Amino acid sequence: MFYREAGQFKTNYVADQQIFPVLQDRLFVLAAIVAAFVAVPLFATPYLYTEILIPFLILSLAAIGLNILVGYCGQVSLGTGGFMAVGAYAAYNLWLRVPEANNLIVVFLFGGLMAAAVGILFGIPSLRIKGFYLAVATLAAQFFLDWLFARVKWLTNYTPSGSVAVGNTSVFGWKIDTPDERYLFILAFVVVATLVAKNLVRGHIGRSWMAIRDMDIAAEIIGFRPLRTKLTAFAVSSFFIGIAGAMWAFLRLGAWEPLAFDINRSFQILFMVIIGGLGSLLGSFLGAAFIVLTPILLNQLPGWLGVKMSTALLSHLEFMVFGAMIVFFLIVEPHGLARLWAVAKEKLRLWPFPH
Amino acid sequence: MGLRKAALVGAALVSAGFAMAATGASAQNEQFIPGLVYRTGAYAPNGIPFANGVADYYALINERDGGINGVKILYEECDTGYATDRGVECYERLKNKGPTGAAYVNPLSTGITFALTEKAPIDKIPLITMGYGRSESRDGSVFQWNFPLLGTYWSAADIIMQHIAKKEGGFDKLKGKKIVLVYHDSPYGKEPIALLEQRAKMHGFTFTPMPVTHPGVEQKATWLQIRQNRPDYVLLWGWGIMNSTSIKEAVAVGYPRDKMYGVWWSGAEPDVRPAEGGAKGYNAAMLQHGAGQFAIHGELKKHLYDKNKGSTKWEEVGEVLYNRGLVNAMLGVEAIRTAQKKFGNKPLTGEQVRWGIENLDLNEARIKELGLEGMLKPLKVSCSDHEGTREGRIQQWDGAKWNVVSDWYQSDDKVLKPMVDAAAKKYAEEKKLPVVDCSKQS
Repeated sequence: MFYREAGQFKTNYVADQQIFPVLQDRLFVLAAIVAAFVAVPLFATPYLYTEILIPFLILSLAAIGLNILVGYCGQVSLGTGGFMAVGAYAAYNLWLRVPEANNLIVVFLFGGLMAAAVGILFGIPSLRIKGFYLAVATLAAQFFLDWLFARVKWLTNYTPSGSVAVGNTSVFGWKIDTPDERYLFILAFVVVATLVAKNLVRGHIGRSWMAIRDMDIAAEIIGFRPLRTKLTAFAVSSFFIGIAGAMWAFLRLGAWEPLAFDINRSFQILFMVIIGGLGSLLGSFLGAAFIVLTPILLNQLPGWLGVKMSTALLSHLEFMVFGAMIVFFLIVEPHGLARLWAVAKEKLRLWPFPH
Repeated sequence: MGLRKAALVGAALVSAGFAMAATGASAQNEQFIPGLVYRTGAYAPNGIPFANGVADYYALINERDGGINGVKILYEECDTGYATDRGVECYERLKNKGPTGAAYVNPLSTGITFALTEKAPIDKIPLITMGYGRSESRDGSVFQWNFPLLGTYWSAADIIMQHIAKKEGGFDKLKGKKIVLVYHDSPYGKEPIALLEQRAKMHGFTFTPMPVTHPGVEQKATWLQIRQNRPDYVLLWGWGIMNSTSIKEAVAVGYPRDKMYGVWWSGAEPDVRPAEGGAKGYNAAMLQHGAGQFAIHGELKKHLYDKNKGSTKWEEVGEVLYNRGLVNAMLGVEAIRTAQKKFGNKPLTGEQVRWGIENLDLNEARIKELGLEGMLKPLKVSCSDHEGTREGRIQQWDGAKWNVVSDWYQSDDKVLKPMVDAAAKKYAEEKKLPVVDCSKQS
């Protein structure tokens, strides 16, 4: 009834090429962004910021990065944690060694660029290796980068325990200290990055990625150069992942060790992409929300309901219910949560008179 | 259909998530203490007895004394699984609970300690990291909120080196010897390296660190190397399943167990029992106390276990890690008691408890009163010394129980103090932190 594009005529190319061609979608997204910037800070508690919203936003960005590579270009990667680590440690070293660059935007972009360079390097084998074999090859990136940050002492400024810490971070003189400042800064960064990603994937470059994903030989015949296309996907993907890694280190942890970016992080983000929906930016957000929030909710739910149980039982229940939920969602909708959303929108168009 | 169900489940979860309202305010005369524990995951075999000891001590104080000077302890556990991000989440979840917020936090992991060290000064909640955490954090002029009570890893490594030197007949006899450190590849395992390198430089032995990755079940390559190199001593800085694996691998390559020395986190029953007879002769440093039952255990039996209120089986009471949990909880409670003398018998804030820890002074008489005689030596914390005491002994597993095989050692401050000062200074400069002048503190 309300969600219907009838009567919305497109009379010029600009209108035709909008990101959200339907007026209701546009309003909804705008309202969501305004709510995130204005309404959330009105009621959010520090816990909500630091443990729910900030991890959700940062990992959404990482999932967007991985989705570009896996969902849009079809190159499976298990090196996400390693690329996040590159972003984090590159940003740390710039912050530490170049005092003039104490600006989070500069620091994060540097982290992203370094990650992109490393991503290109480890993307080169993708020309020859495909599918599961590529996944295994990217595992090498993960293990090599883990090793690098644990062993090369210069990268961690010779701290005895290999754990590094940052503080006094600012953007153009604005000190980013409190949870709400961190949240707003991350939110702004993620919104801009999502916009960039959206325009990339719906433009020429994105189409070339999808052509390679759907059938690389056909793509090559119609004129896409596989090497360049795949490497741009690796570069762009690693750039986003690197920024997410730098954010995770600077604004989420504050002090971290290479273990924060181990193979489990790679799997976590890959699961976000799969559960959220391959080849969908919305899916990246939904997947991140599911993977980040569900375990925390499951862990606290009995407490809110007033059920007393032992810590161990609570943790085991969390694992079991979470696992069952993953299976349930994958059975109900193998294409991910984003597909559920799309189906819901289709139904909404027909409501209340479905045929 | 499935979609509707999924949407309902999702909606329920989301609404629950945003209804973050804390559970209703409880009675006002309660002191909230959070417990970051791990009863699940790869480190659970060691995490569970520790958590039981902590829980039992708080329960005993509530049951027997009705709280700390009438202020009941409100204790809540949160399972971290030894993961840093989950530990930080637990901390954020619990730090503001109770009428005055968390009294103090025991992060129970060096990784989580590193992360919380950044947060503690902002939230004004002290960290008690008994026998773990950053070694340089004993310098209270820089690390005002960290308290590595009873000993740091540098103290532990120094005590073990002193014991080895004594066995060899003096530090000068160590020249040309080969010493290997098998360590958990995390901030925890890397902590002692700085001190061991320093000692190696001083006495001319070769020191080789060998990392083992989390969780530590994959050690074949490390022990093959040890078999080839034949080091004179192997130091073990492991935790959880890694310890028992190391001992089993030592058996497999025929490395003598009596040449192996574990840190105090590698010297409990769950570490040696899985190796069965193989662990006989294995040594470990003691964080003052060892296994066994003392006067306090009688109290526990009378007030908790006879009434079926204990958190574990009676047979497990008195194991090394259980006792460590008891001692850990006791230090926190005594710190609150100390703070109450200054601020009154009411629930205290983290900032007030910090004062209590910094002025904690446990003498022989008080330790006896607490029922811990024989477990602990006196300790006195001050602004410049957040460690309190740095004494320890060495124990050896005889196949059935731990036996103390050495006298008390005290880590050598001639070696440690300059290292602590340098590391703390570097940390303060890097982070541009204010340094407190301890000579002006009362």
